[in-house]
Amino acid sequence: MNVIVAAPRLAGTWFRSHARNWRIILFCYLALAPVMALFAYVRIYPIAWSAVLSFYDWNLIRARKPFVGFANYLRLVSDENFVLALKNTLTYSVATVVLSTLIALPLAVFLARKSRLSAFYQTVYFLPVITPMVPMAIAWKWIYDYNYGLLNYALSFVGLGPVAWLTDPDIALWALIIMSVWKVLGYNLILFLVGIRNIPARYIEAASLDGADAWQKFRHITFPLLKPILLYVLVTATINAFNVFTQVYVMTLGSQAAPGQAVRVLVFDIYQNAFQYFRMGYASAEAVALTFIVLGFTLIQFRFARSQEIA
Amino acid sequence: MIGRAKRRTRQSPVVRLLILLTHAVLMLGALFMVLPMLWMLATAFKTPPEIIIWPPRLLPQAPTLANFTGIFDVAPFGRFFVNSVGISLVSTLSVCATSMVAGAVFAKYRFPGRTLLFGVIIATAIVPFESYMVPLYIQLIQVHWINTYQGIVLPYLFMAFGIFLIRQHVSSAIPTEYLEAARVDGASEWWILTRVMTPLSAQALSAVGIFAFIQAWAIFIWPLLVANNPLLFNMEVGLTAFQFKFSTDYGKLMAGSVISVLPMLVVFVILRRRIIESVALTGLKG
Repeated sequence: MNVIVAAPRLAGTWFRSHARNWRIILFCYLALAPVMALFAYVRIYPIAWSAVLSFYDWNLIRARKPFVGFANYLRLVSDENFVLALKNTLTYSVATVVLSTLIALPLAVFLARKSRLSAFYQTVYFLPVITPMVPMAIAWKWIYDYNYGLLNYALSFVGLGPVAWLTDPDIALWALIIMSVWKVLGYNLILFLVGIRNIPARYIEAASLDGADAWQKFRHITFPLLKPILLYVLVTATINAFNVFTQVYVMTLGSQAAPGQAVRVLVFDIYQNAFQYFRMGYASAEAVALTFIVLGFTLIQFRFARSQEIA
Repeated sequence: MIGRAKRRTRQSPVVRLLILLTHAVLMLGALFMVLPMLWMLATAFKTPPEIIIWPPRLLPQAPTLANFTGIFDVAPFGRFFVNSVGISLVSTLSVCATSMVAGAVFAKYRFPGRTLLFGVIIATAIVPFESYMVPLYIQLIQVHWINTYQGIVLPYLFMAFGIFLIRQHVSSAIPTEYLEAARVDGASEWWILTRVMTPLSAQALSAVGIFAFIQAWAIFIWPLLVANNPLLFNMEVGLTAFQFKFSTDYGKLMAGSVISVLPMLVVFVILRRRIIESVALTGLKG
């Protein structure tokens, strides 16, 4: 979270200390020039332009691209696809973030004690994090298969009938959530683990001497000290969840696939509007909405963390 | 060791049972984590009839390489693989170079606009790529970079997070006296950056490199947009195009998937500790 917190020390005194050293300043600008040029071209400019585009009826295959003011935004509100995508993305994000955090945290508490087995678990749970999404989504699609899928086979042992994991519109989104939790769990686990191991052992020992039980130690020492890491995990997990696309794309492709509407998410909707219907102005309005939602969630989480600290 | 042994004997049977139970749950969890990969691997070696037998068997009864040889006939997977390697290497090298230079300059030099420039880099890092890919795509149309390698790799040539990480490392781990000493000896700033600060940042730089490589290997939505020519596909886009054509041929699909996952698994096996440490580092300082 230092990304936001650690503002660089103000270079206010550069004038006095380095005014004669203009060569060094020149060096700084020359060294930074390539990176900053690249940065301006692939990030600053498109971010700014996406805000501008959102006020135009900008269609890739039409020459006339009139300014339409807030019309794109007004249309968003009544656009069934957008509202559905927003709802699905929200469900997906909240479920994925909450589940992956709730599973990773106790896991990390248990694995915090250094042992050979702990290292083994860390490795295994982390494995999905480094695997690319596309092949794993294809593998999961095969696992979710209604007729020959491994999951329905496993369920048959406990007497549960075959579930149409992907083709049932009520379940498809949850199939996506399970897969995504599987993918990100290890990342959260490692971050929590680092946080817990950084807590000075003497704090816990002191609590033990005072007769605190395991839950009390977690509640009053581990958890409060873990809050910065928890905040970091929540923020990054939320941002990533809101940008979900690859899994959705793969799982809605081909036969035995999820129905597009059931798992329609924001980025998928942006992708369709911009690159299948070429409505790039409209897609940009959606993109701006996405950015503000992500920013909003980040701010709320920071607010919440701060109010907790004061309390 | 003695202390630990003592503590162990003191554990009550109830506690030991609880620990045992937890391990059982963790083992089940571990199985859940690796099963998709094992299932993918097993399916890749199965013949078409064996893929759809019920009940399914994990191990192939008559292992075959036909799926692996077969995919190269239906799509240029060799080309996809080479493209992925090329894109990932170029991205990794560029991210390391730009992170090192920018990170070092932001950490050790004071110049007008430093706070502003660094602030802008960090502030825009939170804006999702997916929300500005549309205008970026239009920009590439204008410079005729759609359907080119440079167009695919362009957004992955630097990483705001890498700049941040190196800056943190350089400002906290490299004493300014080192730089002063080199300066007194008549070293140029560029020499100091490349010969003093870079070697001293090897560890942080390798973390950045690992990240860049893992990220670049998995890129999907951008090459999906920019590469319309199959010869420019990376593994990920190639796989989905292939999935679209042969969505029922899971043997071949899994074989292609294995080829896409394998390099990451190899990297992970070799650099396991380093990768986990790198993630830990980002959690601490990110």
